[in-house]
Amino acid sequence: MAWPLIIFWAFAGLAIASALCCITRVNPLASALWLVVTLFSLAALFVLLDAQFIAVLQVLVYAGAIMVLFLFVIMLLNLGRPGPTDLKGPLGVAVGVLLALVLLWQLGALRGVAPAEAIQLPPGAMARVAAEQGMVPAVARPLFDAYLVPFEITSILLLAAIVGAVVLAKRTL
Amino acid sequence: MLLGPALAVSAVLFTLGVAGVLLRRNAIVIFMCVELMLNAVNLTFVALAQRLGVAGQVFVFFVMAVAAAEAAVGLAIILAIYRHRQTVNLQNINLLKG
Repeated sequence: MAWPLIIFWAFAGLAIASALCCITRVNPLASALWLVVTLFSLAALFVLLDAQFIAVLQVLVYAGAIMVLFLFVIMLLNLGRPGPTDLKGPLGVAVGVLLALVLLWQLGALRGVAPAEAIQLPPGAMARVAAEQGMVPAVARPLFDAYLVPFEITSILLLAAIVGAVVLAKRTL
Repeated sequence: MLLGPALAVSAVLFTLGVAGVLLRRNAIVIFMCVELMLNAVNLTFVALAQRLGVAGQVFVFFVMAVAAAEAAVGLAIILAIYRHRQTVNLQNINLLKG
């Protein structure tokens, strides 16, 4: 087996195992830290999939900023101490697992579907674009060109989120 | 090519996120499971970007911006609920229950 494939499955297994731990740990603090492990392994998978810039963003934005926000709120609400489990009862767990398995089966049913050959790029096209233009320009050029309007709308979204968070977090709502 | 394995891993991670939302009652853990689902979709985008052009990676960028906004507002809402109810257990937050 080729090395990239071995590394891929190692990090994929780590991501799935830590995601499993994330949804089963009783302590929210442990859940959050397992989620950080998942996010880091996903960043490794992004590198293997020729998306180095996205991998760096993943570590900076998700593992660095969003998860710190989560941990901050968990500690602010003092939820880190051991307490009773918040898992649903046996019936709830059975129904939840059943629904999840149905979803997985439905996703698995899409296995044979592939995008039309006509719109597919030749293998290695992403790596070649990155080698020609550099990793960041390859993503940044379409962002400021074809996707300029969504990019600007994102800034309005972030502004609205800032205002909303400040208003919601005020002592008297 | 890693496209097939990446899509499989992404499907499993998304399912785990859905299972977490269905199984847990802690609002913050449910929120983290939503982040897990967003990440699974990001993996799909990145995997398909290899064959369908760099637009997939641009969309991951947008998903991250939306996730950041969602986390900020959602956690502020959880803080506000905690201040009123002294709990983040969804079983005790039943204002809409008939």
